Amino acid sequence: MSDKTELTTTQAREVQPAAEQKRVEQKVRPLVDIFEDDSGITVHADMPGVSRDRLNVKVEGDTLTIDGEVDIPMPEGMEPLYAESRITHYQRGFTLSPEMDVDKVEASLKNGVLTLRIPKREEHKPKKIEVKVA
Amino acid sequence: MFAFPGLERSLFDDLLRLQREMESLWGGTAIRAGAAGFPAVNVGTTAEAVDVYLFAPGVDPTTFDISLQNNVLTVAGERRVIREEGASYYRKERFDGEFRRVLTLPEDVDPDRVDASYSDGVLHIHVERKESSKPKQIKVN
Repeated sequence: MSDKTELTTTQAREVQPAAEQKRVEQKVRPLVDIFEDDSGITVHADMPGVSRDRLNVKVEGDTLTIDGEVDIPMPEGMEPLYAESRITHYQRGFTLSPEMDVDKVEASLKNGVLTLRIPKREEHKPKKIEVKVA
Repeated sequence: MFAFPGLERSLFDDLLRLQREMESLWGGTAIRAGAAGFPAVNVGTTAEAVDVYLFAPGVDPTTFDISLQNNVLTVAGERRVIREEGASYYRKERFDGEFRRVLTLPEDVDPDRVDASYSDGVLHIHVERKESSKPKQIKVN
């Protein structure tokens, strides 16, 4: 039994890098800023070329995934001369801690920057305690 | 976008990306090269025009300074990321600061016929080629 468990773990480890590599080739992690304040977490992600209808934000369990396809209208028959960016698809996942309120995630997209606001559950927000002077 | 056949992702792309990530980590304080990695530039050509795409998300379009002298295109601007005071940051990867990119375009571009538009964080500069250099169809009598 213990042997079997060991084998399963090893297999999983071996399989992962290959799968990871394949994913990275097709989908690129967007650059992000993430910060936390008293009321929640804010994520800013650079996703140039992604329009609102090609952007997907979803929460599954404790994982928040952002996914966007790049689509820029280009003239027909255009030939590449020089390319620094060949990104066609952005994707990045984040693990959320249980104190985050996944039902109240707000997302907005402006000029290719995705902003996510993930509030903390009410009971986890810091409360100010007044000190009474006797 | 730019999934051109024959132009696959190469090690060079990964190096460029690594460079950009490192530049953004250092926030461009000591290394002005931060401006060399942002925004990324793609250039494509047709018989009629040259199209330049700059991946510059989150820039106020009024701050772009675009000039074309003969065939040298210069795009300058700044992207200011508003940092929240008192917040604790987990990731700071995005470019913050001024940038300037200088590109040499094909020699037959017409500096008088340029237009630029900004959409979804991508600045598109369209430069027509000079009439004289456009391919002409020659009929055999």
